[in-house]
Amino acid sequence: MIQMLLNALLLALRAIRRNLMRSFLTVLGVVIGVAAVITMVTLGNGATRMVSDQISSLGSNLLILRPGQQLGPGRDSAGAANFKLADVEAIQTQVPALKAVAPVVGSKVTLVAGNQNWQSQVNGTSNAYFVAGNWQIASGRQFEDDEEAAGKAVCIIGATVKKQLFPRGSPIGDELRVKNFTCEIIGVLQGKGQGAMGQDQDDVVLMPIRTAQRRLTGNVNDVSTLMLSLRDGVAADPVMEQIRKLMRERRKLSENADDDFHVMDTKQIAETLSGTIRTMTGLLGAVAAVSLLVGGIGIMNIMLVSVTERTREIGIRLAIGALEHEVLLQFLIEAVVLSALGGLVGIALALFVCLGLTALMSMPFLFNPGINLLAFVFSGLIGIVFGYMPARRAARLDPIVALRFE
Amino acid sequence: MTEGPLISLRAITKTYGQGAAAFQALKGVDLDIPRGQFVAIMGPSGSGKSTALNILGCLDGPTSGAFRFKNIAVEGLTRNQRALLRRHYLGFVFQGFNLLSRTSAQENVELPLLYRGAETAQRHAAAREALAQVGLTGWEHHTPAELSGGQQQRVAIARAIVTRPLVLLADEPTGNLDSQRGHEIMDLLVSLNREQDITIIMVTHEPEMAHYADRVVKFVDGLVASDELKERA
Repeated sequence: MIQMLLNALLLALRAIRRNLMRSFLTVLGVVIGVAAVITMVTLGNGATRMVSDQISSLGSNLLILRPGQQLGPGRDSAGAANFKLADVEAIQTQVPALKAVAPVVGSKVTLVAGNQNWQSQVNGTSNAYFVAGNWQIASGRQFEDDEEAAGKAVCIIGATVKKQLFPRGSPIGDELRVKNFTCEIIGVLQGKGQGAMGQDQDDVVLMPIRTAQRRLTGNVNDVSTLMLSLRDGVAADPVMEQIRKLMRERRKLSENADDDFHVMDTKQIAETLSGTIRTMTGLLGAVAAVSLLVGGIGIMNIMLVSVTERTREIGIRLAIGALEHEVLLQFLIEAVVLSALGGLVGIALALFVCLGLTALMSMPFLFNPGINLLAFVFSGLIGIVFGYMPARRAARLDPIVALRFE
Repeated sequence: MTEGPLISLRAITKTYGQGAAAFQALKGVDLDIPRGQFVAIMGPSGSGKSTALNILGCLDGPTSGAFRFKNIAVEGLTRNQRALLRRHYLGFVFQGFNLLSRTSAQENVELPLLYRGAETAQRHAAAREALAQVGLTGWEHHTPAELSGGQQQRVAIARAIVTRPLVLLADEPTGNLDSQRGHEIMDLLVSLNREQDITIIMVTHEPEMAHYADRVVKFVDGLVASDELKERA
């Protein structure tokens, strides 16, 4: 039995070698199909991982409270009043499930250091920002209480700002000109890289909220965003509801008025986003699978042509004493070997394409052995399914008719 | 087991088609061929000589009658059983050579051994030896396209004898060759017949080729019309 299979394999390999060009064209469909399936799934996995990584880099269990309705069709975010510092205090004292509450005001301004200048996001906030935003201080220190209380001109710069303005040496103690005032650099943040929306999270300067209110926004009481960090193991939904009730009350909204603020759960956003990407991946993978199937039909096509074209050859084999199942096996193995080789080439192609594309899109490359194996097995199966009919046709030929075939 | 003739046909008929369109190619043929004989089958086209060769070569079964080969009742065998008979006892040579294209002479000759499941080394050696017997040493790696008609027919003969068959069936083996190559092929067949005791059954329409045989059987209209045994020279 094994001897017979080996023989059939040998015969199949010889037949493939004899028609190298046609063999290659035959399996092109399978090559492309397998490569497409693997590429789609690998890129999809990479994208999912990238998004969830980026969102978790925002901060663990982070809620974001903003004025205005959440953006969406028919929603209105204009005209909603900012929060007040008193709101921050109220949330801090009345929602015990929160680990940190960081008020944020900010704007995009020009920074100058020496003869360099750079546009960057400048945020006024408190030390709670480091907890809520999951930031580490690379060098230097956090704000001190008196700096926060008095609104002193001190700042902590992000990794990108340091790279742009202070490429050499430590900037700690140096002066940074922010819009129209000068502040002292007291710390540098650890880099986090690209954010979920593709923005550079490290392109940021932090200063005490009072400093920013007084010197940047001019509004000494307004807070545009609150970053809220949940305690570990606390469910987000009841806390969000509690915050919502509290804010409706404080903003004096009547019973039937819509919220003029919204709370976002970053974890939920991450799940929604990666859910969407997974759906897209599945969809694209399904489309790619259809192309794999079409590739299989291509194999059947060419194998049928090949049986007709090689009728004489089959006649010779039968005359020499080949048994029906040996001819069947030869053609079946030929189809399986062809499509499995096509599968291997497709896997190699997918590897190259994925490496190239993930590098291009600065995405993690997650090699998924499961999908590679699946695609390979599937390509082999395609050989069996689509090779069987032509093989049976070959095996049932009448040797006399086949030998006379011109 | 009684020592009968190697091949024995009794009242063999072969009908193609059915009903009104039926055509009876053989109408009751009796023929005995002992081992080691070189038989030429002649006859006008449509006389049934090719049909007879197909039946003798176990490529086709008779419609009725008894065909014993090595005392095996071939008429009752299945398609696969007949294939096994061909594999183990028969070799074929055709008018159109029927070699696998784009395949070296060596690989063409090895083909029947592949179906026998021979070891690689043994296969190579046997194929080289068969090619040497037909005078093609040094041409092992040429493909049919690179060989002359006579050489191609020699490769085909090597492929037929590489399994050391009992019977070699040749269908117009010189039909596609010029007269000189034809005579060379006939000399080769005769020497195989004499030296290796291979029974040869050859269909031909050329009397000068039939002249090489020990016995000439003429078919006319589906029946044996004459059966002529000659003294070996």
